Amino acid sequence: MEKNRESGVVMETKVREILDRYPEGRTENLIPVLQDIQETDGYLSEESVLEVSRHLKMPASKIYGVATFYNQFRFAPLGKYHVQICCGTACHVLGASTVLEEIEKNIGVKSGETTKDGLFSMEVVACIGACGLAPVISINGNFHAKVTGESIKEILDNYRNQE
Amino acid sequence: MSFLINVNNKNIEARDGETILDAMKREGIQVPTLCYIKDRFPSGSCRMCVVENTKNGRLVTACSTPVEEGMNIQTHSPRVIESRKTIVELLLSNHPDDCLYCVRNRNCELQDLSEELQVRERRIKGEKNTIHLDRSGASIVRDPEKCILCGRCVRICEEVMGVACIDFIDRGSKSFIGTAFDKSINTSSCVNCGQCIMVCPTGALTEKSHFTELISMLNNPEKTVIVQYAPSISVSLAEEFGMPPGVDINNIMNAALRKIGFKYVFDTTFAADLTIMEEAAELIDRVKNGGTLPMITSCCPGWVKFSEQFYPDMLPNLSTCKSPQQMLGAVVKSHWASEKGVNPENIYSVSVMPCTAKKFEAQREEMTSMGLSDVDAVLTTRELGQLIRMYGIDIKQLAPETTDSPLGYRSSAGKLFGASGGVMEAAIRTAYHMLTGEELVRFKIEPLRGMKGCKEASIEVNGLKLNVAVVNGLANARILLDSVNRGEKDIHFIEVMACPGGCINGGGQHIGASEDAVMARMKALYDIDEKETVKVSHRNPDIIKLYETFLGKPLGDKSHKLLHTNYLKRDVLL
Ligand code: SF4
Ligand code: SF4
Repeated sequence: MEKNRESGVVMETKVREILDRYPEGRTENLIPVLQDIQETDGYLSEESVLEVSRHLKMPASKIYGVATFYNQFRFAPLGKYHVQICCGTACHVLGASTVLEEIEKNIGVKSGETTKDGLFSMEVVACIGACGLAPVISINGNFHAKVTGESIKEILDNYRNQE
Repeated sequence: MSFLINVNNKNIEARDGETILDAMKREGIQVPTLCYIKDRFPSGSCRMCVVENTKNGRLVTACSTPVEEGMNIQTHSPRVIESRKTIVELLLSNHPDDCLYCVRNRNCELQDLSEELQVRERRIKGEKNTIHLDRSGASIVRDPEKCILCGRCVRICEEVMGVACIDFIDRGSKSFIGTAFDKSINTSSCVNCGQCIMVCPTGALTEKSHFTELISMLNNPEKTVIVQYAPSISVSLAEEFGMPPGVDINNIMNAALRKIGFKYVFDTTFAADLTIMEEAAELIDRVKNGGTLPMITSCCPGWVKFSEQFYPDMLPNLSTCKSPQQMLGAVVKSHWASEKGVNPENIYSVSVMPCTAKKFEAQREEMTSMGLSDVDAVLTTRELGQLIRMYGIDIKQLAPETTDSPLGYRSSAGKLFGASGGVMEAAIRTAYHMLTGEELVRFKIEPLRGMKGCKEASIEVNGLKLNVAVVNGLANARILLDSVNRGEKDIHFIEVMACPGGCINGGGQHIGASEDAVMARMKALYDIDEKETVKVSHRNPDIIKLYETFLGKPLGDKSHKLLHTNYLKRDVLL
């Protein structure tokens, strides 16, 4: 608990640093501000959105509305293993949606979410330029090629077993 | 500059800069609208108001397209009708088909549109959304399944109420209306005003009902069920029964309430007079003894929550007076109960209010004495209409009855509470008397009357100049308070009502009333004040008696315990 609180403080100062780079009350900077925060924190926490709301003088509901409009923002911290599944054309044609379904079932969360134990997070991404490997997923930057509904189970289990 | 445009083969006048819809409205030409809100910048998002400009063959939205000279508009061409019908069919494609169980059955714009456009089959089947029903709030229930995403609630909440606790979340077919982080509304900055309910075309937004408990209490022989009603109810209830707006049916309403089974019928207006006695005394005390100024009224619970969230630094400015609803509730369960020999625990205290925020107010922790709520259940004007119909009472056949006394007699000043500016007017009348021992020569304070969002006046009392301001619509309160905080205004006393025009246009009133109807209600209150003889709260005989026999004097010990309260900064998602 104590530790969490500490990391909260650290995070807030980082958000502060980001906000200091943008003038107060200038709502047109919303997207870059959110991008910067996500870049540093990996996600948009409730506290950071509220901090942005105070700085830009913009209701939190509006910020949340804008942020959920774009796929790029997430509201849960990344899991220990961040699974990115490509849904570009090649992957789609070769069965990415079956893989996606299987991942959702296996870890129990949808794109943009993180498992309760913090082990996995998942994100659907547009073409990652590895069409030769389709359907492809990347876990913490490591690519897994020609994934199927069957093989994905094994891949995820391997990560689980490392714990 | 004005010119002519042709609409449905007839030339009509159009003015530079206005929209096609503006021009047509003036001529009484109707097209259906959904996302449109009068006097607000058009969003043009629902496309229900499309018309065909036969000059270039385009379908354009009447609400957002400016008039151009030589335009040739058809409002009901086959293409237009086809397109409107498709929009309605799409809206219905994921709508739950449970009209029969919906509070808005027969008072729903979606029903009206599908009837008007003769939608007779489900041509388009869509996936129903499964966003959860939100019953977390004390006042507002949100059912996103019935939402057609017109966005009116979002705009009213932000632009008129200055709250902005809801917005569009996500996008495309996944869009829905929700609060920040899609949390329950009770943790948001929602002030429970209910103005979103007033503009919602469907049953997606409704008030939290207390019917089940109320009916079981009415049938419980051990309970003494009493009722009070706010000053504006008597001039707005008639509309629930198809009567013209502004008809005062006070005494008929008394009869109806007794028929339903309420044992005692009190008028909240009596407590409005009581509020004035306390509030006028408080104002004088603050002015004379260097208390925090400007003093701000506290009878509107929407405004009180708003200030606790957005203006916590100004909480010392709020009058400590409870609202009339709560004052009456507190007096009933204390003084009245002991006079009558009724155990307060067996009193079930109901109020009928033009307001959804009163439901929230009644359950505030501060609004209890000795572990009992001052008020147990709050009904809106609409709900009273439902209750009267449910009991099969024909309002047109009732003989008028009077209220119960004591706690039933009222002045006409208290009645003014129902309209924006009324609390101020009533308070000035009594403060003047308290300071000078005389009565004002001219009771009517014209600049404080009417629908304007911000009104100001200066009153001379014994050589002392009292500057007062009245605002309604919380977005206007923001503007005024910010300028007070910047030191631009020297004001002693401010009245704030959350709803535009005050309680006569509250979030619990009849849905679908026009601006004229609201003005008719306001006028009805002014007429009562014009006609009646007891025009000041301090001459209300029941009030005088209550102070003589129980309270002692305004701001006395008993008053402090029963009639005053305090406010706290609220931690909500802003
Ligand atoms: S009740 Fe008022 S504050 Fe709450 S969501 Fe509706 S309009 Fe906004
Ligand atoms: S809740 Fe009602 S007013 Fe709000 S967007 Fe939905 S349908 Fe429109």
